Amino acid sequence: MSVTEMFSNIQGFLSADQDVREDIRKVVQVLEQTAREILTVLQSVHQPSGFKDIPSKCLRARELFCTVRNQIGDLKTKFPADQYYRFHEHWRFVLQRVTFLAAFVVYLESETLVTREEVAQILGIEVDRERGFHLDIEDYLAGVLIMASELSRLAVNSVTAGDYGRPLRISTFINELDSGFRLLNLKNDPLRKRYDGLKYDVKKIEEVVYDLSIRGLAKEPEIGGDK
Amino acid sequence: MSKKEGEACLRKRKQVSTQAPKSEDGDEGASPSSAVLSAFKTFQIELDTKHDKYERLVKLSRDITIESKRTIFLLHRVTSVPDAEEVLAEADLKLDGVRLKIRQIAEELRGEDLYQFHKAFTPGIQEYVEAVSFQHFIRHRSLISLEEINARLVFLKEDKAETKDPSEQQRMKVLTFQVTPTDYLLGVADLTGELMRMCISSVGNGDIDTPFQLSQFLRQIYDGFSYIGNTGPYEVSKKLHTLKQSLGKVEDACYTLRVRGSEIPRHMLADVFSSRAALIDPDEGVA
Repeated sequence: MSVTEMFSNIQGFLSADQDVREDIRKVVQVLEQTAREILTVLQSVHQPSGFKDIPSKCLRARELFCTVRNQIGDLKTKFPADQYYRFHEHWRFVLQRVTFLAAFVVYLESETLVTREEVAQILGIEVDRERGFHLDIEDYLAGVLIMASELSRLAVNSVTAGDYGRPLRISTFINELDSGFRLLNLKNDPLRKRYDGLKYDVKKIEEVVYDLSIRGLAKEPEIGGDK
Repeated sequence: MSKKEGEACLRKRKQVSTQAPKSEDGDEGASPSSAVLSAFKTFQIELDTKHDKYERLVKLSRDITIESKRTIFLLHRVTSVPDAEEVLAEADLKLDGVRLKIRQIAEELRGEDLYQFHKAFTPGIQEYVEAVSFQHFIRHRSLISLEEINARLVFLKEDKAETKDPSEQQRMKVLTFQVTPTDYLLGVADLTGELMRMCISSVGNGDIDTPFQLSQFLRQIYDGFSYIGNTGPYEVSKKLHTLKQSLGKVEDACYTLRVRGSEIPRHMLADVFSSRAALIDPDEGVA
């Protein structure tokens, strides 16, 4: 084979590769749009009026997750199933976002930490790599960390809205998360960087709890909350 | 705030603050947080397994890089040795050793996604491509193709697996490692640096045919890379610059040979040239 032939073979491979990436990028853009919509819906819990109808907002978000499922289903058809990690970078960011959103919804509904299986189920994907498009563990953990900082914000705003019970529950929850993350041996990678931010969220919530405590507001919900 | 109330919230705070240590030593598994903690324990195992594998691959990749570099140094001696075949045979032996390492990589990657760990071993593989293609060039004066490289990375399982159950053994019989086109391209780009060096040193040894062959070959490769241009990955376009420099040096060398060759007696040509080569060498940027 001549040198020219060899290079034109490789060129063919490269442009096919680029086409696939182009397709993926398009779907991911749509997915990002949906993720932003869900975020907008959920953001309104920070409004003083938003605390009253958290369940309806969660319901609305759940509806939008159907769209997410369809779009991820679309994404799956854009590349060979066994080459997930080859194109991983393209959807890594958005997958972390939607994981965060799913985790946030589940927290608002039941005040528990979403499991990896639940997220996979909400997004219509798999947990194991062998079974197709899956949720990488690091992406799941990153999504959970994004939720932690959202919760520290929620703690502050729920005090403003007069719900004094919530920060205490958030505090317990975040502390549990923190001790969970402490079990992990993280490498010096993006996940580790994000984890380093968790302590500030913990600190912030502890401050809120402290402020409530010294003012005698930190009793159980029958005092705080929406009368 | 009444005193009673103050005490109440003090108690409350105590409860909250004791929450953390309680969940931290969740080894007992009795605390209510054990669901989260046990989940994180499985995450810990999963992440550690992944990181360990990654580290093993990085180490293998380093070994491959070192051994390939040594092979390349060995191959450079070909210009100053009367019997090229001897050097080539020795290089073959070394490359066999490198392939054994690549086989270990293939074993690590069995059942895994190649691209998940790609960053760990790509430097080693590129260096291997460089060494193999250099040897191929010296022997056949042509560019080794990606298929030829991959064909040599098919490993047959040795018989030592006999203790395993037969079905398992059947499945593991053939082990392949595929060099990705990008790694191949980057390896070939590095090869041009070696060829440039070889060109300069062959003139030093009074060999005036090799430089012309080399310049022709390099031009072909350069044309190939220009054809790919910026459709390729970022790293490829970065190497294009050094490739151009190498080509420039070789073309200059051929030019000098042509011009001065007719004036200067052959035995003195080497001296003229090596002083020129010494001038060129310091600014070469090829790794």
